Order: sequence, then C-alpha cells, then structure tokens
Amino acid sequence: MTVEVRLTANLQKLAGNQRVVFGEGKTVGELLDDLDAKFPGLKGNIVVDGRLHRFVNIYLNDEDIRFLGQLETPVAEGDVLSILPALAGGR
Amino acid sequence: MLSLPRKIVDEMVAHAREEAPNECCGIIAGKDGKAVGLFRARNAEASPYRYNVDPQDLFRIYRKCEDKGWEFLAIYHSHTASEAYPSATDVRLAFWPESYYVLVSLVDRDDPTVRAFRVIDGRVEESELKVV
Repeated sequence: MTVEVRLTANLQKLAGNQRVVFGEGKTVGELLDDLDAKFPGLKGNIVVDGRLHRFVNIYLNDEDIRFLGQLETPVAEGDVLSILPALAGGR
Repeated sequence: MLSLPRKIVDEMVAHAREEAPNECCGIIAGKDGKAVGLFRARNAEASPYRYNVDPQDLFRIYRKCEDKGWEFLAIYHSHTASEAYPSATDVRLAFWPESYYVLVSLVDRDDPTVRAFRVIDGRVEESELKVV
C-alpha cells in the first residue's frame, strides 16, 4: 500500500528536503514506521510515547485522524496523508 | 521585512478586539511573499493565555492555500495583556519556520501594537513590519 505523505518545512528538513514522500503500510502508524526507516528521526517528531504528538495534526485525505482511528487508522492505495504541525502558543 | 496592506493589519486588530479577553489567531496567505488575504481561525483553546488554531480550520485554510498556490506568509495571534513579543511557549511551539509570526498586543486598547518575527530553532528575530 503506497501512500503519499505531504510535509511542511519543519519535517521536510528531516526528509531530504522533500515536500512529498511515499511510504508503505496498512495503517498510519505502519506508514510512519516505514518513513522513519527511510528518514531516521522523522517519526520522533510526530509520535511521542506511542501516541500522536499533541501539537501535530495528521489528516488522511480530508479527515483528522484523531476523529478516525488515531495511529491505527487504515490507509489505502491512493490515499494522501498531510502532516501539519499545530499553529499554537501561549503564555 | 514583512510588508502588509493596511487593510490586513486593521483586520487583525479588529479580530483581536472581538476575541478579547481571549487570544485570537489566524493566517495571512501570501503569494511570492506578498499578502493576498487573511483567514480568521477559531482558537481551539478559547483562552486568554493560549492559542491553538482549530485543526479543522487549519486544514481547510491549508487546502485552500494549496489550491490557490498560496503559502502561509504569516501566522498571527493576539496578546491581550502582554506585549507583542513571542512568549516562551510561543517559541517552543513555533513549528512553522517558513512563516512570519505576527503578534497583536492590546495592552493599550486605544493604540494596539503589531510586530512581526521569525522564530527558527528557538531563536526569535524581529522583522521590520512595513504597512503599505
């Protein structure tokens, strides 16, 4: 299952400065493992203690995976995953 | 240097005033470094001390910009009771090195301050903000 993954600048620098990368897997979690094997350290910026980082959003096509199956969300050939860091801050 | 039309600066200040005492947040879209529009976003934290662009708003705006060939030129938010300078948390959570961070301060409600910054690898650098 090959899935297209779109990255913003802060993750592009960990992925050979590519905006779009491709990974394999049956779930979002497997896909991230596959990408981490190709681009060591990438996953550590997305997943913390086995869970999606609080300030990272992953969208499968148009849906936030927090409202699907989190990292266990199944992916299919032709899906597009977008990884967008939060726009956040505070005192 | 970040150059913004007066209309966009006024719109940010209006948004900050409407959301006060909570922080407001939004995105200024750009094309080749030139501002083309402002998108208000919901602050998912709905708090006077924190902001987090609602993840659904974030994706909607991101998709729209992608379709139009626009980038996130700037990310703005307000400080209602502190100066227009990134807080320690703002810096820690600055994950968009490609964008300017614009802050609106309402400390002086009659004379709001608007300043622009780059936040890269934890380093804050003020950028000249030119209102055109």
